[in-house]
Amino acid sequence: MDEDKGMFNVQQTIGTVLCCRCGIRMQPNAANMCVRCLRSEVDITEGLQKHVVISHCPECDCYLQPPKTWLKAQWESKELLTFCVKRLKNLNKVRLIHAEFVWTEPHSKRIKVRVTIQKEVLNGAVLEQAYVVEYVQQDHMCESCSRVAANPDQWVASVQLRQHVSHRRTFFYLEQLILKHDAAVKAIKIKQMDQGIDFFFGNRSHAVKFLEFLGSVVPTKSRDDKQLVSHDVKSSNYNYKYTFSVQISPVCREDLICLPQRLSSSLGNIGPLVVCTKVTNSIALLDPFTLRHCHLDSDQYWRHGFKSLLTSRQLVEYIVLDIEIPSPPMEAKIGGVRYLLADAQVARVSDFGRNDNIFFVRTHLGHLLNPGDHALGYDLYAANSNDSELEKYKNLVLPEVVLIKKSYEEARLRKRGKPRKYKLKHLEMEVDDRARVDEEKERSDYEQFQRDIEENPELRFNLSLYRNKEYQEESEAGSMADDAAAPLEELLADLVLLDESDEEEDEGMRE
Amino acid sequence: MAIRLQFENNCEVGVFSKLTNAYCLVAIGGSESFYSIFESELADVIPVVKTSIGGIRIIGRQCVGNKNGLLLPHTTTDQELQHLRNSLPDSVVVQRIEERLNALGNHVACNDHVALAHPDLDRETEELIADVLGVEVFRQTIAGNILVGTYCALSNRGGMQVHPHTTIEELDELSTLLQVPLVAGTVNRGSDTVAAGMTVNDWTAFCGSYTTATELSVIESVFKLREAHPSAIVDEMRKSLVDSYV
Repeated sequence: MDEDKGMFNVQQTIGTVLCCRCGIRMQPNAANMCVRCLRSEVDITEGLQKHVVISHCPECDCYLQPPKTWLKAQWESKELLTFCVKRLKNLNKVRLIHAEFVWTEPHSKRIKVRVTIQKEVLNGAVLEQAYVVEYVQQDHMCESCSRVAANPDQWVASVQLRQHVSHRRTFFYLEQLILKHDAAVKAIKIKQMDQGIDFFFGNRSHAVKFLEFLGSVVPTKSRDDKQLVSHDVKSSNYNYKYTFSVQISPVCREDLICLPQRLSSSLGNIGPLVVCTKVTNSIALLDPFTLRHCHLDSDQYWRHGFKSLLTSRQLVEYIVLDIEIPSPPMEAKIGGVRYLLADAQVARVSDFGRNDNIFFVRTHLGHLLNPGDHALGYDLYAANSNDSELEKYKNLVLPEVVLIKKSYEEARLRKRGKPRKYKLKHLEMEVDDRARVDEEKERSDYEQFQRDIEENPELRFNLSLYRNKEYQEESEAGSMADDAAAPLEELLADLVLLDESDEEEDEGMRE
Repeated sequence: MAIRLQFENNCEVGVFSKLTNAYCLVAIGGSESFYSIFESELADVIPVVKTSIGGIRIIGRQCVGNKNGLLLPHTTTDQELQHLRNSLPDSVVVQRIEERLNALGNHVACNDHVALAHPDLDRETEELIADVLGVEVFRQTIAGNILVGTYCALSNRGGMQVHPHTTIEELDELSTLLQVPLVAGTVNRGSDTVAAGMTVNDWTAFCGSYTTATELSVIESVFKLREAHPSAIVDEMRKSLVDSYV
């Protein structure tokens, strides 16, 4: 640079001095001593560990990082080197330049690491030196491995999930959500119980995390208890088993609810007869006669804890005779779903052709129903309800029918027995011996759940559906409404659900 | 002959003493051993004077002198000045100077003919150095260090020890200026503050006791101490005296 500016630069030749100890000719350095003399004068590895004992779990190939962490590391891996170097004390007093493994026989339970360090000695000269550290692996089972070795099913926390309703559809839905979010991967055991599922975890924090997940998808109420298993007086270590009892609200989608008077008035005199349209961590309620709607979060729900007046099991099939949309039309869009108020003339399918019982009802399904369609609804005319909330309303005039949804029964009849387009995954669950499981009822519940998925795109949105190989494309004369079938594009390619036999078949085909 | 010694367990003997061809100044120590070593070496040739400068013992770093004169910093007390004037030979001019940089020993390195000076020294001081010490003054640095007095030890015989990091080009330049052969070296087992670690005149040198045999042999060969004796100098001086008489 100086030459660019036209400056004259004297060439600099570094001279030599004699080493002050041995008199050898050398380049001057900070100590003015040759490297060999400097080495003999000072040992920079003094005070550094050259022999270290480390704990190693032979079961899971983990190394103990004191005080409690177990670190998984492969033999001669980068992680193991980091771990080994970190175990050296006093290494902060010198500068670490390089570290590498020296090969040792794996069975020797010795790890050797060659460490190169630099340190400042004698008024500013920096000396570099390499030395070998020997690590002795002592086998010591880690806590989780020793627990597994003692008893693989030993659980620390259990989550008892319950819903006190007559069907299991909520649990089928939850199962899919859990699978999609991998919420229960840490569970040791999952057990199907009467009116619920038990989850067992090896760690309390796993259970708490699972609990949080549940709270984010369904309205839940929980309490937790702990039981003292053992107790060490000397170290004051307590060993507990934790139990979380989680209750899901018994209100399900499509249920008819009579709101308690206080809640109804606090929500602006909605209802009191309302239909539950959606259950997530809050409950969406819709008044089918006025299209007013509201959301109850789980706190609000559990403060009142109301139950359903009629549930989807009590749905009755009606035939729509006539639909009249009043002018101006009353329309509402709630959570992406359209509702249109209409006046309908309906008759029970069971009555059809036998008597002339016709009901005039107001319904929120004006956009779906056409004369001649079938619809499912609650028959309040014939219902014999003994709901305490309903009785509290003195001057309430009950409608004769509340229509809930359009029925696709006819289309379904044609498809009966044929495989579906999609498949669903299943959680590995043990079945409790004491709980009597009605196979037939379970199957019908599952069928009902699958229908719900097919008919509700917003339900489908939260789940992972997989392509069913057994399904063959058929020429369907669009008998089912377009929105009532899961389109093929939504299905995920099935990578996980392949059976081994399938794979063999595939290979055979490839050959 | 180079002699190894230490001042109260401290090896920086150049700090506590000032050796020239005409006199030797020694710091007042707790024990007599430091003084007595100088005394035994030099007593029959030149006066060895115990003194402090401004009440401080690091006299070697505070004053600068040669056979012609002695420059003292402005911190020197009147008593000390008087004491030195009484003790030193009449031929030596003792002068106190008003210089801001009062550690003259660190800022000036000289023999009897030429001196290297700190670049920031006053012009008046430079003139005083030239007048009192009878030398030619060059403003210089040594290996990038401005404390020329600290990093070089100088005598008339040849030689000087300079900072070990001095480049060969710089050594050439300095030896051209000083007209003496120069060598880079160390004292006190690798210390590069050579003037602090040793003090030298034309026939003897005193080094810190950490100085190794190698360093000692370098010092002896550079300052040509092996063939040097006080008598040789005196003979030479007599000759010149006789010359001047004649």
